[in-house]
Amino acid sequence: MSEALLRVDGVSKRFGGFTALEGISVDIRPGERFGLIGPNGSGKTTLINCISGVLPSDGGSIRFNGEDITRLPAYKRTRRGIARSFQVPRPFKSMTVLENLLVAIDFAVIGHGLSTRQADAEVFEILDKIGLAGKAHVASSQLSQVELRKMELARAMAARPKLLISDEAMAGLAGSEVDEVLDVLLKLNAEGITVIMIEHIMQAVMRFSERVMCLDAGRVICEGTPQQVMADKGVQEAYLGA
Amino acid sequence: MTMQGLGQRIGFWIGAAAFIALAFAMALVIRNEYVFFAGFVILQFIVLATAWNILGGYAGYVNFGTSAFFGVGVYTAVFLLKAVDAPLWIQILVAAIVGAALGLGVGLLTLRLRGIFFSIATVAITIIAETLITNWKFVGGATGVQLLRPPVTPPFDSYIKMLFVIAAVMVVIAVALARHVQNSGIGRGLRAIRDDEIAAECSGVPTLNLKLVACALSGALMCAAGAPSAMYLQFADPVSAFNLNYSVSALAMSLIGGTSHWIGPVLGAILLATTQQLLTVTISSEVNVLVLGVMLVLFVVVAPEGIIGLVRRVWRLVRRGTP
Amino acid sequence: MFSWELLVDAIVLGAMVGCFYAAVSIGLSISFGLLDVPNVAHPALLVLAAYGAWLLGDFDIDPIVAGLLLMPVFFVLGVLLYRTYHETFEKRGSEAGVRGLAFFFGMAFIIEVGIIMAFGVDQRTVQAFYIGKSIEILDVRIPMRMVVAFAMALLLSLALTFYLSKTFLGRAIRAVAQDEGALRLMGADPVAIKQWAFGIATAVVALAGALLIIVQPVEPTLDRAYIGRTFCVVVMAGLGSMSGTLLAGVILGVAETIVLTMFGASWAPAISFTLLLVVLGVRPQGLFGR
Repeated sequence: MSEALLRVDGVSKRFGGFTALEGISVDIRPGERFGLIGPNGSGKTTLINCISGVLPSDGGSIRFNGEDITRLPAYKRTRRGIARSFQVPRPFKSMTVLENLLVAIDFAVIGHGLSTRQADAEVFEILDKIGLAGKAHVASSQLSQVELRKMELARAMAARPKLLISDEAMAGLAGSEVDEVLDVLLKLNAEGITVIMIEHIMQAVMRFSERVMCLDAGRVICEGTPQQVMADKGVQEAYLGA
Repeated sequence: MTMQGLGQRIGFWIGAAAFIALAFAMALVIRNEYVFFAGFVILQFIVLATAWNILGGYAGYVNFGTSAFFGVGVYTAVFLLKAVDAPLWIQILVAAIVGAALGLGVGLLTLRLRGIFFSIATVAITIIAETLITNWKFVGGATGVQLLRPPVTPPFDSYIKMLFVIAAVMVVIAVALARHVQNSGIGRGLRAIRDDEIAAECSGVPTLNLKLVACALSGALMCAAGAPSAMYLQFADPVSAFNLNYSVSALAMSLIGGTSHWIGPVLGAILLATTQQLLTVTISSEVNVLVLGVMLVLFVVVAPEGIIGLVRRVWRLVRRGTP
Repeated sequence: MFSWELLVDAIVLGAMVGCFYAAVSIGLSISFGLLDVPNVAHPALLVLAAYGAWLLGDFDIDPIVAGLLLMPVFFVLGVLLYRTYHETFEKRGSEAGVRGLAFFFGMAFIIEVGIIMAFGVDQRTVQAFYIGKSIEILDVRIPMRMVVAFAMALLLSLALTFYLSKTFLGRAIRAVAQDEGALRLMGADPVAIKQWAFGIATAVVALAGALLIIVQPVEPTLDRAYIGRTFCVVVMAGLGSMSGTLLAGVILGVAETIVLTMFGASWAPAISFTLLLVVLGVRPQGLFGR
């Protein structure tokens, strides 16, 4: 078994008296497609907020690529190779799609030494792959829902990540659009990027993931292959009982 | 750098040189001192509005404390005069350094918080600074202090004309800095912060560091703008040095001109400061503050992109109109 | 210099002043603390209400009665203010922060200069049978006007605490502060509730303004001192906490009175602002926040 790319060890998070995460531990292998599921309020987004550095964790440690990143601010984690999308898209509204991606290239890819032209070329390559090539000069405030989702993934890609965390990138999309985004993620994974996918749409997670973890009320209730997780009693209860 | 960028840069510096040359020529030719009395104030407001916009416009952090920085600048000059009889350029330079340090301090204390807390904190800094100065006897306390101008150096024949030219140079420095921030990576980073701070941080933007840079730059320029005021009025007192009118003016000029481009605050300052000078002379200083307030509210409600936005809108209409 | 007697005096008086500070801050605690509206015009509205009470004083109307009479007027004013804010800023979303703040800042200046132009810069006071007398409590001489303000402040805070926790609309206001989306799912219109709440908050300011002119003479620029006091109290309390507001007010009142007796009046303006900065730096979620 190879060394873990991301090692989450006993991570906890409390908001006042409310425990959002309690002692979560998980290893993600390089190149893995990892699914994170759980009912609403189970702590999925809190967990990736802790991993990406948006929230400080209260206990436990997080290691990435062999380095302890528990105390690092979010931007340094992005520079080390953790990029993410957001459940509710967060575009830079005053900028075009191109500029949105340039922010990530300018700031996340340290010492890239790219000329303006090279940076633009890299952006267009990413947009092409994700299917947004025609939209580069469109203001991000003009994009449709599915385009916004794709732009978020594209912006994450522009940071040249080793690990991509997709937080419900398919929420609110129609069936064919879900397939489009799923294809994009599979393509990125095929290029060697590790992907953590958080998703409500069960079918999509199960099709995508090699391994799935289910959270409920801030704890891990089950982890295994998609088949194992689907068959788990606790998982069924968590979803149906809620 | 692209050819177009190079062309723009050359154009900007030619314009800047022409501007200083014009100010200098005015000082040599025009006799009427009032022109320079009024002109100095207008130039000073261009510096203040430009400085405000670096943090408030680009990064979206609303500073209500322009008057704190301005007042600290005034009193840095007063202190240096009384303590070591420092020349004007030393006063301005030291004021800029003090302003940068103050900006950094205020930033470290409050920039981790949401925008409005930063704004309120800047009001707090203003009142605290004013209170400290009021209780500091060495610089005159509450009653203020009279100051004597040193003899003027040639080629100028009056001190006020020299101040006018110095203010023109400060305008060029301020605008050049703002322009540099806007066009560099820092500018894009600050815009990302204004649009969405969390998304910016997750795209690798060191948000706190960038905000601190903007806050220090902005503070340095504001303090520097305040320093020559002591010599201009030949008098300083806490109530006028820390007058909140500076805060509302700098903010209003930027927002009315338009915050997305460095030209916005320059336009806003020229327009409003000139109007203010006319109103103060013809009607009263209350009316000019009222006009400022009303214009500010009108613009943020009706024309959120300011004059720049209006011009762009008209431009688009004109281009669509022609076949 | 230092004496226990003076300290006890300062604490008793400070506690009463503090309740008054809580009363003038409670409107902001709703509009900013609960509704998240950056209402920096709150202190200017407060001074405006004080001038209203002063005007009504010309008709021999008791300031407190005047405050009560002004409440419906200020309610409407608050509704209009929120409506404008919502339509122009909240709805547009992006950049609401900068322009919304500038909007209220501009409004504050318009009110301030408007008062100067209408009534001049002179200090104004009101007459009432309880102003000018004083009583002794715990061997401390307390001006009667402070006692009246203290009693009204306490009453106001209790009434609002009751309103927000026990009535249907009050609970809806607290719900809108916590989760707008959930409220919408329940079929309630969050904007209508916020508008109502902002109206209440502004109406409360009317009465607080009357207390202000009972406690001290007012002048047009008095709002600047109260930016510090009201925001200090609201932030220290923890946004939107009513009981916290009372305690934070008392802490500020006692601190001000002690500094005043020990160092003199020239330091007074800085106290609330310094306390505010300390709270922002050390515990931005406030004493009672999460």
